[in-house]
Amino acid sequence: MSQFAINLLFVGGSFAIYIGIAIWAKAGSTKDFYVAGGGVHPVTNGMAIGADWMSAASFISMAGLIAAGGYANSTFLMGWTGGYVLLAMLLAPYLRKFGKFTVPEFIGDRFYSKQARLVAVICLIVASVTYVIGQMAGAGVAFSRFLEVDATTGLIIAAVVVFFYAVLGGMKGITYTQVAQYIVLIVAYTIPAVFISLELTNNPLPPLGLFSDHAESGVPLLTKLNEVVTALGFNEYTADVDNKLNMVLFTLTLMIGTAGLPHVIIRFFTVPKVADARWSAGWALVFIGLLYLTAPAVASMARLNLATTVYPEMAGQVENMEEAATNPILYENRPEWIRTWEETGLISFEDLNDDGRIQFYNDSADFTDRGWEGNELSVNNDILVLANPEIANLPGWVIGLIAAGGLAAALSTAAGLLLAISSAISHDLIKGSINPNISEKGELLAARISMSVAIVVATYLGANPPGFAAQVVALAFGIAAASLFPALMMGIFSKRVNNVGAIAGMLSGLVFTLAYIFVYKGWFFIPGTNNLPDTPDNWVMGISPLSIGAVGALINFAVAFAISRVTQEPPQEIQELVESVRYPKGAGMAVDH
Amino acid sequence: MADDKSNATAYWKANLRLITGCMIVWAFVSYGCAILFRPLLSGIPVGGTDLGFWFAQQGSILTFIVLIFFYAWKMNRLDKQFGLGE
Repeated sequence: MSQFAINLLFVGGSFAIYIGIAIWAKAGSTKDFYVAGGGVHPVTNGMAIGADWMSAASFISMAGLIAAGGYANSTFLMGWTGGYVLLAMLLAPYLRKFGKFTVPEFIGDRFYSKQARLVAVICLIVASVTYVIGQMAGAGVAFSRFLEVDATTGLIIAAVVVFFYAVLGGMKGITYTQVAQYIVLIVAYTIPAVFISLELTNNPLPPLGLFSDHAESGVPLLTKLNEVVTALGFNEYTADVDNKLNMVLFTLTLMIGTAGLPHVIIRFFTVPKVADARWSAGWALVFIGLLYLTAPAVASMARLNLATTVYPEMAGQVENMEEAATNPILYENRPEWIRTWEETGLISFEDLNDDGRIQFYNDSADFTDRGWEGNELSVNNDILVLANPEIANLPGWVIGLIAAGGLAAALSTAAGLLLAISSAISHDLIKGSINPNISEKGELLAARISMSVAIVVATYLGANPPGFAAQVVALAFGIAAASLFPALMMGIFSKRVNNVGAIAGMLSGLVFTLAYIFVYKGWFFIPGTNNLPDTPDNWVMGISPLSIGAVGALINFAVAFAISRVTQEPPQEIQELVESVRYPKGAGMAVDH
Repeated sequence: MADDKSNATAYWKANLRLITGCMIVWAFVSYGCAILFRPLLSGIPVGGTDLGFWFAQQGSILTFIVLIFFYAWKMNRLDKQFGLGE
């Protein structure tokens, strides 16, 4: 069977499962559509959160980012998992107790203000739409590589499948397809990793392999990797970072951004009890952890594999690493997987010094004494995970599995985001403001229509990604961190913060964060409109625009508290509402009055 | 009803204490061991590198998982103890 047929079988088979689940789990009420009827088991929910959370970025890009950045990019590992601790302790149980369908609904009720709800809707839509573009684009890439269709056709196929299970089944359909998608993506991610770990370290468990000895040379894997990359002019893989403030703030932004992203929060509304919301956060992190503990191993092993593919003499016990580094392979002898990926343009070679060999090293280091005239091989970070099975010479079905896994990661996250967007429109905008008397049937129809519109918009933007697509994901975390997270947390932990304070807080956090990003990235990301060049020496106190969300959150807290202190305290019934979300037991019990 | 109120207040205080403790551990492993104190831990070797690197790429994630389950378990006990569970 050809590789194409195998890929088609795996992708087609997984899609058939998702559609089957969608037909089985059709939503009959708004409760089904928004919160899957509210009866999801915490372990099931944990798995669904895992698939919801782990996007094309986690599945495809993260290991490549870590491979390129080494220790410095550990921020993604800690940031994208640490947020679950915040969710479990500061948000999820109380928002579950509140017992409504959407995040803006809590903000609107707690701060007794339609304007607050509207601000939350806007933040939610901007954060979710920017995020969903990346998912659709990721699905397009996976399709074009594995199914040999062009990216736009691939995208339309993906959109039709998502339409089926998300529009028909709502949260109910999404939850159960996400469980299936989690299983597909985690199997696809770990199998090649296990083989690569065995090959490099003789240890079948990648997280342990990362800290084991490299089989061929006998020295620890990370020591070996450090020696190899420094001989090619790169920084040590495990090198420490000078700008610790920025590293701390970037990690913090990712953590509170994670906790503030509405598509994750609404998943906690689907479990029956408050205690289940806490347990599901734990299970979610277990399921996410399986991938996040494997990713750093994949990263370092792929980096080493890539270097020793080009410089085979570096692999074994090397006396003189500098000398081994002078002897790269001939371009005509390159392995098959480099040829395959060259066709996609994600790997490219240019023989700058016309010696027929592949010089692959850090351009900014000077190796003219070796007769090198620049780096000749450019490798897109995103291919490391996708090319892993080919690099490790694994059978064709593993490649088919990776294709299905990458699509599962992209589609499950896209569906979760689309649900957050459609519920904000049908429940918060239409039922909450425009037409409060809408019937349940009418609202369900409105939810389905807004979901369909959201899919069309996301597909269009995925096919024609704006030039700033890579930067907007940072924007999503910045917005969630600076606007939604502080408002939600203060809504639960403070009785004193009132409507004016919350709105002023959200707006100042949001405006500050956006302004700082736009100053360096261009206003509304229009190229050339940035006021300062986006380089570390221009950043205020060395804080990168990607790390600014945490500062925006601090500003949000400070402004909200200051303004609430000098304005009227919230009415009695709001203070009782705050009391009631704090205790799992029925609201009447909690307050004495 | 006054008893209910003081009971509820005590429950909330116990929850806040628990959260504070967990948050200290949360910050200590990630911002502390993995980032700020990494130079101080550089003397402790772990598989070809140092303890700070391990915390950054594995240790903090493992700690986060344990923390959430610990919190969920403790809170279930508090819910029962104060009679405020569902």
